[in-house]
Amino acid sequence: MALLSVDELTVTFTGRGRRDAKAVSGVSFDVDQGQVVGLVGESGCGKSVTSLALMGLLPSRGVKTGGRADFDGTDLLTLSPKGMRDLRGSQMAMIFQDPLSSLNPVVPIGVQVTEILARHRGMKGEAARREAASLLERVGIPDPTRRLKEYPHQLSGGMRQRALIAMAVACAPRLLIADEPTTALDVTIQAQILELLKELVDEEGTALLMITHDLGVVAGLCDQVNVLYAGKVVESAERRELFDAPTHPYANGLLGSIPRLDGPRGEPLRPVRGSINDTIAWEDGCAFAPRCDHYTLECLQGTPALGEPRKPGHQVRCVNPVLSDGAAGLRESALPEPDEAPGTDTVGDDGSTEAAAVEKDAAVGTAGTAEKEAGA
Amino acid sequence: MLRLVVRRLLQLIPTLLGLSVLLFIWLNRLPGGPAAAMLGERATEADRARIEAALGLDQPVWVQYGRFLKRLSELDLGVSTQTGQPVWDEFTRAFPATVELGVSAMIIAIAVGVPLGYFAARRRGSWLDVTAVSGSLLGICIPVFFLAFLLKAVFAVQLGWFPSFGRQTTGIDATEITGFYVLDGLLTGEFDAAWDAAMHLVLPALALASIPLAIITRMTRASVLEVLGEDYVRTAESKGLSRQVVRGRHVLRNALLPIVTAVGLLTGGLLSGAVLTESVFAFGGIGSFIKTAIDERDYPVLVGFIMFIAAAYVVINLLVDLAYSLIDPRVRVH
Repeated sequence: MALLSVDELTVTFTGRGRRDAKAVSGVSFDVDQGQVVGLVGESGCGKSVTSLALMGLLPSRGVKTGGRADFDGTDLLTLSPKGMRDLRGSQMAMIFQDPLSSLNPVVPIGVQVTEILARHRGMKGEAARREAASLLERVGIPDPTRRLKEYPHQLSGGMRQRALIAMAVACAPRLLIADEPTTALDVTIQAQILELLKELVDEEGTALLMITHDLGVVAGLCDQVNVLYAGKVVESAERRELFDAPTHPYANGLLGSIPRLDGPRGEPLRPVRGSINDTIAWEDGCAFAPRCDHYTLECLQGTPALGEPRKPGHQVRCVNPVLSDGAAGLRESALPEPDEAPGTDTVGDDGSTEAAAVEKDAAVGTAGTAEKEAGA
Repeated sequence: MLRLVVRRLLQLIPTLLGLSVLLFIWLNRLPGGPAAAMLGERATEADRARIEAALGLDQPVWVQYGRFLKRLSELDLGVSTQTGQPVWDEFTRAFPATVELGVSAMIIAIAVGVPLGYFAARRRGSWLDVTAVSGSLLGICIPVFFLAFLLKAVFAVQLGWFPSFGRQTTGIDATEITGFYVLDGLLTGEFDAAWDAAMHLVLPALALASIPLAIITRMTRASVLEVLGEDYVRTAESKGLSRQVVRGRHVLRNALLPIVTAVGLLTGGLLSGAVLTESVFAFGGIGSFIKTAIDERDYPVLVGFIMFIAAAYVVINLLVDLAYSLIDPRVRVH
């Protein structure tokens, strides 16, 4: 059984005098021990809300959750606040997007690391400080004893994210959720942080749920990828399978929108047209239909079911999947060649040094995020 | 740190000099004067001239200012024209009462306002929040002297729970050490005197606390609401920390920053704002003394008082800056 098994998760924001807003409308996916699972989609697709729901960090008022999220057999959605407090930080931990605003500006780094050791591992005083220093050292922060006494504003952006990662892995959690951990960093630092995450996951066998809109990150890191659209998984496949044969028109369009350094010059960008606001309710049909080039009247007859039109394990929620070889509908130049696609063949079973090189390539090479392209 | 303190204290000198020049020009322009005020309506021109000559008011204003500076360099503020006593003595007699009242009011405002604002923010929209928000609006709107009368009428006159005027009951005299009667009573072990003085403080302190209390409540509420939405609070929650640690270390500490500034400004305002409350409760502090000084055109007392308030503002602001740098490492002075 999977370490984390999310089944038909729904999150609805209810406000007095406002219409209920469904941010997540039935998301299902699994994360196995030691696996890196990507949750990909543009802004507003519900990926961050999903992660906050799993961590129990959504506000208690004005939010309704449904479905199940079994973590090692315990349903996270019905667990008591006390129970969640015990799990958070020890069994499951989270890394956030903006490392500066995610650190308390008036508390020394050392205290922010040791407080989690005190809470879950009962460590205090000198022992906690030594452990904190070794944690900082492990995530690649030089001169850790000095850094412990410093405040977040005295650290560089990459250093801050490393410190946050140190806090997240302080109690050797079994599940790590990273919500766009590299978005606020510049590209060279992005590559270093991804490399660090990959290292930690490989060494500890930690499961990693990677939330991102950056397909380069997915290519460099993930084993399994779930593409989210308007609060539902529209395509779920192994990374190589997804990059080789994106079958949902949305996933297909996202991959097709990535400009390539080795493509011909002067090629216009190929964005997914429209924006996430051009949507219909899933109950009425496919939410992507208004932006889709392949849509037919059948798309508007209720929620499309998940099917496996290509091969077992490659799930697609579409009545008109893109089934031609490679990524049909994409121009040859814009298509990531299976063998050249960022990271598709190198990471995975190979050594981490090669993986690191690919990640850098992925982070730099995509030169812009799927989100930006899609919204353009 | 020490350099900052010294520099800021040195800044006091030009501030006070500039202020005193303005004061002398202003007082010189005022109609009437101490002589007219002392002699009343039927004074003759000759009497007035004699008194003015005695007080040195017949001299040109720059000569008067020069004398003032010379005396000031010897820490002598001159002699009150009302009482004939040195201004300095009058101040040391009257100020402890005002400071005791102001500090008590500030303690009430902080001790009630910060928790009230905090819990109002945590339970946003609850009856507590609604009460705190509307109550603070009322607190700002009600004039202090009216509230003082109201408190006195209800709790002193009708219910008789508290004394209605003065600083202590005659007959229960604390041995005076600092001039702060509650503190004196505690220091000398005369607990009945301390209790008596505290009871006398309650109503005037409550009346004086109303505006700072309202402002502190609102600021705390707004500040806590803002901090609760910060990413680092979510990070703290994601670490599974206990509620106490999240609230104390991560929420309250950040939320207090703007409140420290507000407390500093409000404290300065309390010193000068105590005038009305003191006269309602016949509290005998600097307030009532200044009120008569204005009526009587007691220039030395007025100049001394205004300069003292100015100095107090500078010192309080310095304390605020020091407190700020203790809480927030980003503004820490090296």
